[in-house]
Amino acid sequence: MITRKRLTTRVGIALATLAAGLGTAIPAAADEAPAAPSPKVELVLDVSGSMRTRDIDGQSRMAAAKQAFNDVLDAVPEQVQLGIRTLGADYPGEDRKVGCKDTRQLYPVGPLDRTEAKTAVATLAPTGFTPIGPALLGAADDLEGGDGSRRIVLITDGEDTCGPLDPCEVAREIAARGTHLVVDTLGLVPNAKIRQQLTCIAEATGGTYTAVQHREELSGRVKQLVDRAAEPVVTPVATEGAESCSGAPELKPGLFTDRSEIGQHRWYRVDVLPGQELRASASVAADRAVDHDYGVLLRAVTVHGREIVRGSEAGTGRTDVISSGLRYPKPEAEDGDDGDGKPAAETVCLQLAHSFSAPASVKRSPGLPVELTVDLVDGPDNASDVAAFGLGRGWWLLGVLVLTGLVAGLLTGWLSRWRVAVWRTNR
Amino acid sequence: MTRTPRRTRGIRLALTGTLLAGLTLLTTAGPALADDPSASASPAGDEAGPTEAGTTFRTATALKQGQSGTAQASAGDYLYWVFPADAGQRPTVEATVKLPESAARRGTSTWQVDVYDGLRRRQACMYGHQTRKAAADAATVELSCVLRPVRAWSEPWADDPLPGSYHIRLTVVDLPAADLGLPVDVEVKTSIKELGGGHDGGGALAEPLVPGVSAASAGESDERASGAPRALATGEPEDGWASGWWTDRWLWTVGGGVLAALAAVFGYSLTRGRGRPAHVPPDV
Repeated sequence: MITRKRLTTRVGIALATLAAGLGTAIPAAADEAPAAPSPKVELVLDVSGSMRTRDIDGQSRMAAAKQAFNDVLDAVPEQVQLGIRTLGADYPGEDRKVGCKDTRQLYPVGPLDRTEAKTAVATLAPTGFTPIGPALLGAADDLEGGDGSRRIVLITDGEDTCGPLDPCEVAREIAARGTHLVVDTLGLVPNAKIRQQLTCIAEATGGTYTAVQHREELSGRVKQLVDRAAEPVVTPVATEGAESCSGAPELKPGLFTDRSEIGQHRWYRVDVLPGQELRASASVAADRAVDHDYGVLLRAVTVHGREIVRGSEAGTGRTDVISSGLRYPKPEAEDGDDGDGKPAAETVCLQLAHSFSAPASVKRSPGLPVELTVDLVDGPDNASDVAAFGLGRGWWLLGVLVLTGLVAGLLTGWLSRWRVAVWRTNR
Repeated sequence: MTRTPRRTRGIRLALTGTLLAGLTLLTTAGPALADDPSASASPAGDEAGPTEAGTTFRTATALKQGQSGTAQASAGDYLYWVFPADAGQRPTVEATVKLPESAARRGTSTWQVDVYDGLRRRQACMYGHQTRKAAADAATVELSCVLRPVRAWSEPWADDPLPGSYHIRLTVVDLPAADLGLPVDVEVKTSIKELGGGHDGGGALAEPLVPGVSAASAGESDERASGAPRALATGEPEDGWASGWWTDRWLWTVGGGVLAALAAVFGYSLTRGRGRPAHVPPDV
């Protein structure tokens, strides 16, 4: 009977799995929406005076950038809405105050007209200062609206000396707005200060930093980044975990983001029906200069505070995220329901804690980005036996079986002989 | 009285029956064996793999089993791929990093490949160089990670590898700051070793550990309605997830049963001597 039941469930599972054709199901789920929000990309180009320097394959940095832009504009995927913003393109004067506001949208974010965009790029001439912070803020505003992924590609050869706006802080604030915005940076000069600033910007938003030395590297990388924006991904839903389980937000299956400050706990709740399995995983990203040892703890706790199961992970060294996960199969209800036909769901509290630490100089808020996935699948798993179906395997098994058979055969034979003998004597 | 011979015949019949049943099972098990994923060995080895890598768990590039993926990246990027592994398999991840020419580099760098399961739990490597230092003049770094055998089921409190997606993360964990952002070429390759029935455990997961699995099954009905053609899902093995029914333990157990039956017949015959004793009258 049990076997029978298992057979049907297994066949059911197999069919369901086949039918579902589960991919890396998240991208698959993204594919299926025909009206997927179009990804937006803004290229932010430094047109400061230093771009005149001729040190990229014998060309000026500006010429290399222009050529790269032409290549990229030719290859932009259809669905991507592309815009171009410049910094330091217009003000040739010496006044720092004015020069540090010099950023302008060269080509608006939208469906791309290649020739128009190319003409606009061709007019650029290296001119002014390097106000990266204001340019990033401007680019973030340009990309407002819509649900698609957003990406800023920043190409620069200079450090932002404008102050007091630290472009790295600007980037972190932009990322904290919850608009899924990634900033990728490309540095045209191998200079420690520029590299530090650009890696900081990239790190703060989950982007990448590239040091460009050759022209083809520049166009190749920018193309790659624009293509990356076109990849369909599911955009997570922003949520805000609470300080305790009682006030925690209820999560349905899906993908969520949150922020968790250093030393802070985050609580969420999930309703799990009997016979369902809860799967949760959490990643905490290191988006700033954190210390080198860190950990994460994800606990599933009952409303009364009993821990059901936990996932934990610790790490050391350079990292982007630290993640862990857990699963909690809730057994089938013993006697079905509590009268009204529906078994009561159990509220499971999820506690997320992380042990990132940072030097005192590092800003604490906004908190570290958290990504949380919650899945509920039907049918808890079970194992009635350690071996598959309780079947045996190996030469020992065969030996034991053969010996048993032999003994049984001999006994049967002797027994029947003895009975014949008894019968014959009694006749 | 004719009781004894009839009984003997009964036993004989029963034994022959068992034998036949055993044989039938054995022969039918043959085709079943052919269905076994282990029989269809090289799934996607020759196909050209993806040439991009993802940068987060969420955007990880899908690889098929046995497929290799390449990517051009900058030193310091975190590169992600995802591949499926099923119960009874032992995945191996190999990664090769082609470093920029040593003239551009300042010093040694340490590269690392990590593997995470579908719940983003880090999975230990049994063998292989998961982390390796590249000297300042090295041209390439080769990394590898042999995972533990994937089990069909485990307690929720254990972090054993389970059927589902596996994320590969490749990155540099230590390098001179001046070397950040330099271009590197990377290649990752997954290979699968099918393990025998000795690793077939009892139990099964309700669903493989694929992230977003519940979202996918919820969206399925809409998709069917829209009649959109379904591409082969990248997140599952070539021939789908194993149903968990087949294990060579069936052969062993059934074979053992058959042998036991034969041994029983043999043992019985030993007690009987050769045929009917001469002094027993034929009418008994």
